[in-house]
Amino acid sequence: MSFAIQDPGLLGSWLVAGPLSALRAASADRPFRTGLLGREVALWLSDDGAVRAECDGAPLFAQGRYGFAWVCPDGRPARELFAFPEFDEPGRRIIDCGPVGVATSGLRVVENFLDMAHFPYVHAHYLGELPHTEVTPYKVDIDAATDEIWATDCRFWQPRSSAAHAEGSDAAYVYRVMQPFCAMLYKSSSRAGERDAIGLFVQPVDETRVIAHTLLAYFDDTSSDAELIAFQHTIFGQDKPILESHRPQLLPLEGRLETPTRADMLSVTYRRWLRERGQQYGALAADRTAALAATGSAA
Amino acid sequence: MIRLYDYPLSGNCFKVRQMLAWLGLEWQPVAIDFHPGKAHKSPEFLARVNPRGQLPVLDDDGFVLRDAQAILVYLASRYDGEHRWYPDDPALRGEITLWLATADEITGTASAARLHDAFGYSLDVHAARRGAHALFRLMDDHLAERASAGGKWLAGSHATIADLACFPYVALAPEGGIVLDAYPALRRWVRDVRHLPGFIGMPGIFVPLPAA
Repeated sequence: MSFAIQDPGLLGSWLVAGPLSALRAASADRPFRTGLLGREVALWLSDDGAVRAECDGAPLFAQGRYGFAWVCPDGRPARELFAFPEFDEPGRRIIDCGPVGVATSGLRVVENFLDMAHFPYVHAHYLGELPHTEVTPYKVDIDAATDEIWATDCRFWQPRSSAAHAEGSDAAYVYRVMQPFCAMLYKSSSRAGERDAIGLFVQPVDETRVIAHTLLAYFDDTSSDAELIAFQHTIFGQDKPILESHRPQLLPLEGRLETPTRADMLSVTYRRWLRERGQQYGALAADRTAALAATGSAA
Repeated sequence: MIRLYDYPLSGNCFKVRQMLAWLGLEWQPVAIDFHPGKAHKSPEFLARVNPRGQLPVLDDDGFVLRDAQAILVYLASRYDGEHRWYPDDPALRGEITLWLATADEITGTASAARLHDAFGYSLDVHAARRGAHALFRLMDDHLAERASAGGKWLAGSHATIADLACFPYVALAPEGGIVLDAYPALRRWVRDVRHLPGFIGMPGIFVPLPAA
């Protein structure tokens, strides 16, 4: 196939390749072009609305779902695209916060999304506040049927948990990793008793450049779309320079370069899960990690 | 009431938010979906708010003004009783105006490169980065010269709207693939602006942690 993918971590994965809204303005003659795994992919919608995708003139398995185009890089989808029932749930507002380019490995973007410990430092006045730094114990499981990572019973005190939150709250979080480059977060909604959902779908343009797509499935009775996007961009804009300053840019999976603490159980699980899948793309493989650790050049 | 048509990741909007904070003024944001919605280019925005299709736009009790630099001049002239941010001195005003024009050039280069990298804008990013480097070299030389004479700021003896106007897209330049390593005086100035009392920061530009 055109990508010549050898990476077992990506085999059978569905990769996001842009919003369907961009494809609606395209055609077979003038396709939407975007970067994926170091190559250029051309996408458009056929007359019956199906997603068509090509790389170097060779067709790719593709589908449109959750407002995005998804392609299978090796042509043999191992499984269905992950479930996202909240997307179709009546009453939820579905808002695409738009593509944002980030100069780092997509695995780092996902790992940062899964981390609560940085909230009071990086997202002060929003998702955390000093001295409330404690990450209380939470549970991490791998769903045997779907091979997804689920972290449950996460709680964090947040001064302003969302655009609609006027005051501080003890936010409940559930994290979910569906694929190496795709994760979801369910958190206490401003509507009592409900959970808002945020999807992070990372498009690996190459190993150290990505386009991050963030999709909200929210119950919010007060904020405008622009206010919800502004809040999400504020949070992402705070993470971005930190993500881009990480060295090495590739995510070490062996745990020798960066020592996690107990609060990082989800991160540890994510890295182990990637290792067990044989993930190489965007990851610092064991031999390269050892070489860096030996020379100290990872500092 | 002061209202600001605002987008959190805009450095030009930050300039106005920071000026409002330094002047201690109450204001309300009007959130504009700059990305991905391009609401600042929508027919409604062009007709009602700003025919140039740009942010920020200030609405001070019905007086509507666009352009970050123009808004800084207006706010400082109207609300800064001490004439600190826009001093009432002919030579200094001349120098400040020169830097306000430079700020526009920084927007056209360093900010453009960031829009390319972060939001996928289609433009000549190499030309944008080259242009930014030329401006940053000039600023670095100027600030180094000022420093040798005991000065810290672009113009005058304390920070003015000249510094605020030029600041955000210098500080955010790495997000457009522009490395500041070669400009030590410029980097020291960025640090000095960040450490000004009442600095509010923006996503991508952190408020310094209080000294332990």
